[in-house]
Amino acid sequence: MNLKYIEPFIAATIHVLETMAFTQATAGEAYLKDDQTAMGDVSGIIGMTGKESSGTLSVSFTKNSILAIVSNMFGDEITELNNEIKDAVGEITNMISGQARQKLEEMGKSLDAAIPTVITGINHSIKHITTYPIIAVPFSTDNGDFTIEICLEEEGVSLRRKIGRETP
Amino acid sequence: MASEMCVLIVDDFSIMRGIIRRMLLKEFGTNNIFEAEDGITAWQILSSEKIDLVLCDWNMPNMTGLDLLEKVRAHKDFSKVPFIMITAEGKKENVIEATKKGVSGYIIKPFTAKDLRKKLSPIFQTGE
Repeated sequence: MNLKYIEPFIAATIHVLETMAFTQATAGEAYLKDDQTAMGDVSGIIGMTGKESSGTLSVSFTKNSILAIVSNMFGDEITELNNEIKDAVGEITNMISGQARQKLEEMGKSLDAAIPTVITGINHSIKHITTYPIIAVPFSTDNGDFTIEICLEEEGVSLRRKIGRETP
Repeated sequence: MASEMCVLIVDDFSIMRGIIRRMLLKEFGTNNIFEAEDGITAWQILSSEKIDLVLCDWNMPNMTGLDLLEKVRAHKDFSKVPFIMITAEGKKENVIEATKKGVSGYIIKPFTAKDLRKKLSPIFQTGE
């Protein structure tokens, strides 16, 4: 996976949250993630497939961040991780995937997406559908943090080298 | 005509149906709305209610928005009903595919109330 393929996901994340939840999200530095433990309390995961590669996008929110985001989306304050929150996480994941895939298509990489799934719970696991490197990008908002993870087949070796980690 | 229009919102995510419902109420004063979580339920509602406008997601379980569009356009009673895709699928090939199957308009998620108003105003003004 080339690092240039990460940028559309970062831009899509910022755009989706700004447009649908009036939330400003700031991206931190991307890093290689070595384990499957989610960096949040609720995660949306979506599979992406194309002719030349496939992969996974996940979005993991801390409780505080997602409660604020969904409260903004709904226009009502939500205080618990309920089904509406899970629903919203799925839709946010879907929209980030869609926006990013639109940009990736312009870059010559066409991917289709499946229907997202949502997992909740402390220290839940995220299983990406490929064994290629997982790139995590942390985001901060005024009400808490969240993290996106991208795992795409193809050119994984070059990405791992770019980030300064040894290829297994 | 605008206030009498009956709208069917089809999306597997309830939060998105709720957001669209609130936007329709705010922008057009419309509260005559049915909701469906997939194409199969939407088809049942279309068959039993007088629907003037369909707002439909693309990726849904059981029956996709594109399959529903095809079915709607093939049926003599619904072939002229305005059918707007509201979807995260913004790739050119998706838009072209939906256009070929007779979609009336295309709104890419995420969207604002202004986007929705711009796309739907002609339909609400003419009622068709």
